[in-house]
Amino acid sequence: MTPLSQLLPGQYGKLVSLSPERAVDQRLMALGLLPGMVLKLVRRAPLGDPIAVEFGGQVVSLRMAEAESLWVDVAADCPIQKPKATP
Amino acid sequence: MSSSSHSPVVALVGNPNTGKSTLFNALTGLRQRVGNYPGVTVARKSGQCDCGEGLKVELIDLPGLYSLSAASPDEQIVIDVLAGNLAQERRPEAIVVVADATNLLRNLFIASQLAELRLPMAIVLNQADIAEKQGLKIDTELLSQRLGGIPVVMTSAWKGEGIAQVRKAIASILKQKILMTQVVWPSELKEAFGKIAEKVQVDTRKTPTASTLQRLLFDTSPNASERLDWPMSQREGVIREARDHVRRAGYNPLAAEPLIHYAHLRKILDGVVSGGLVRALRSAAVDRILLHRIAGPVIFTSIMLGLFASVFWLAKFPMEWIQLAVDALKGVVAPALVQYPMLQSLVADGVIAGVGAFLVFLPQILILFFFIGILEDSGYMARAAFIMDRLFSWCGLNGKSFVPLLSGFACAIPGLLSTRTIEDPKARLATAFAVPFMSCSARFPVYALMCAAFIGPLYGPGWESVVMVGMHLIGLLFAVPTAFVLTRFVLRIRPQPFVLELPRYQLPKPRDVLWRMWQNAAEFVSKAGTVIFAITIIIWALCYFPRSPELAEKIRSENPTLSANEVQLRAQAAGIEQSWMGRFGKTVQPIFDPCGFDWKITVGVLASFPAREVIVSTLGITYSIGQDAEADSQDLRQAMQQAKWMEGPRVGKPIFSLAAVLALMVFFALCSQCGPTIATLAQESGGWKWAAASFFYMTFLAWVMAVIVYQVVVRLS
Ligand SMILES: Nc1nc2c(ncn2[C@@H]2O[C@H](COP(=O)(O)OP(=O)(O)OP(=O)(O)O)[C@@H](O)[C@H]2O)c(=O)[nH]1
Repeated sequence: MTPLSQLLPGQYGKLVSLSPERAVDQRLMALGLLPGMVLKLVRRAPLGDPIAVEFGGQVVSLRMAEAESLWVDVAADCPIQKPKATP
Repeated sequence: MSSSSHSPVVALVGNPNTGKSTLFNALTGLRQRVGNYPGVTVARKSGQCDCGEGLKVELIDLPGLYSLSAASPDEQIVIDVLAGNLAQERRPEAIVVVADATNLLRNLFIASQLAELRLPMAIVLNQADIAEKQGLKIDTELLSQRLGGIPVVMTSAWKGEGIAQVRKAIASILKQKILMTQVVWPSELKEAFGKIAEKVQVDTRKTPTASTLQRLLFDTSPNASERLDWPMSQREGVIREARDHVRRAGYNPLAAEPLIHYAHLRKILDGVVSGGLVRALRSAAVDRILLHRIAGPVIFTSIMLGLFASVFWLAKFPMEWIQLAVDALKGVVAPALVQYPMLQSLVADGVIAGVGAFLVFLPQILILFFFIGILEDSGYMARAAFIMDRLFSWCGLNGKSFVPLLSGFACAIPGLLSTRTIEDPKARLATAFAVPFMSCSARFPVYALMCAAFIGPLYGPGWESVVMVGMHLIGLLFAVPTAFVLTRFVLRIRPQPFVLELPRYQLPKPRDVLWRMWQNAAEFVSKAGTVIFAITIIIWALCYFPRSPELAEKIRSENPTLSANEVQLRAQAAGIEQSWMGRFGKTVQPIFDPCGFDWKITVGVLASFPAREVIVSTLGITYSIGQDAEADSQDLRQAMQQAKWMEGPRVGKPIFSLAAVLALMVFFALCSQCGPTIATLAQESGGWKWAAASFFYMTFLAWVMAVIVYQVVVRLS
């Protein structure tokens, strides 16, 4: 498991866990970012922060400090797919 | 008013950027009113919508939001309006959810939350044109059936397609009261709701709605319990207990809501959407260039330079025309009233000048909002914020603070208005506080006069430019720590996470851009404009009264050799000396003495509180050069260079020493000397509290810095 902020641009990961008590994570969950979802770090901003993340057919900008509580399993090179329903 | 107060209220709700406003405009046409919800800076838009067969409804366009979690003022307003919590608002009888057809799952999350309110509902799938281009097929009939039979309508709001069906859908849900299918809560959650409901009933004797119970169980913010007047001490235990109960069932109580809704929606959407797996590939390709490590910032800088140049230079021409028109009007009206000097002055320097005082801001506002419209509608604004965020995040602002601050270098008014593009209320207020520090173009004449009259002649053009540049940076130097302290220690607003959607690129529609320009300008004129007008009249009166009509006579009889023109100039100078403003200036001069200001400068400083550039013409009057003096007036420069202290400890020394000149410029760089800015800040921050805070803070800071500069430079030289 690695924090999302450590993915390389272009890398995919599967979300393992987030911290629902944080306001950022609550917003992301409302956008549909839930455990089990595959996401992609699209790019970093020119100054290194924030990062652009793609999931569920949308691209979202996130600050590095806010992406640290998101833990992902790095997926070798899997395309974005429809996430499975999670309990 | 009377007819609309009987018509049912229907609310438009949906995610940001779905085309909600566009649909609202299409449904209401020009019959709409824009205002604010009381006490908050959330815009309130309402309008009349004709739904056929004589049915007229009052449509309200609620702020775009992703969730009902009550984390931001926008979200809280939506909850309060829909629950009928606001005294002045009639409760909506139905909800129209606007969803982006290209991202149905996410857009239906809010609909699923809204279903808990048990209000009749219809769903509009907007941006059908894009969905079609992406090859998406949506089975609206199946979707409607799965959602409990509520109407589901496909539209392309900006092409006007499907609007008639939306009207029909509104009429049918009002008549048939069709409700959307609710999510099925697992039994443990139902039990948790039950526990809370019981305790609420005991403690407050109110019966909470299902939606309120969800907010109490799922939200970390205390808003829901505050609405019930349910004190912390009473609720803490039962909410913890209820959450523990949810946890035992294997759900994290703070994550249960989205998990359950999304699982429910995935089932509903199964088989409804097909095709269109190709996501907007084109946007990704454009991003590769516009967000490129090197090309990105270069393009960004060029776009922003273009924006700034337009607001700064392009606006100058129409501003000059307005000035010319104002002067021409004065030229026509003044001679007609020459018999009545007081009335003449009131009309020319009060009324006409007062109208001119807010009209001159229109060109800059229109131009800036033209650019903002293009940047937002094209999708670039979010990218600009993405590029710039790093530079602003450390002091509590965010990437969206850039455009307002940049515009502030041309003029604070459009800069303040553009803080509306910042979603986070905390960063918005802090940015609005920082904008007036930016060295606007009205400060320029002051620097120019001082530099040309004193710095240049004494130290050469090299130092003149150094001082000029320094003065333009000094405001920024103070604005940044101010924002830092404000967001860190002063503002008690919950910061919003900077989670920003990077929307798909698209060509802006000229009609939408123009409409937004017009709306912002109209709001400025009707709100801030009236205040600016009033301020101008008040200051005019303070500078005019009391004035003895024999002043000119007296000067003529004492100096029979003077020409008529000179008599008039001297009479003007004597008049302002006698006025309330002049007297006040003399009285408070001791306060400004430590900055090295004499009474004339003090009057100039005081008279320029409504508009800082007035200092030049006020100095023109007090030095008997005439009020038409400009920054490049040789006579004014000479008069100032020769001005000496007439009394006091510095008698015989020049008033405009290096120390006093620098102190004066620093004072002007930092002081809040702009009535329109204060009026606009009040308009944008939702009350006079922050406007007053900004005024006193900047003015005090300016005074302190002027004293420091004067005292240090005097001792050094
Ligand atoms: N392609 C397409 N674009 C649309 C349509 N309707 C609106 N838009 C565009 O979508 C963008 C957002 O539209 P708005 O009406 O401002 O959206 P909103 O939901 O009110 O957004 P907020 O003001 O952020 O809440 C604008 O650029 C519109 O021009 C549509 O039917 N098709």
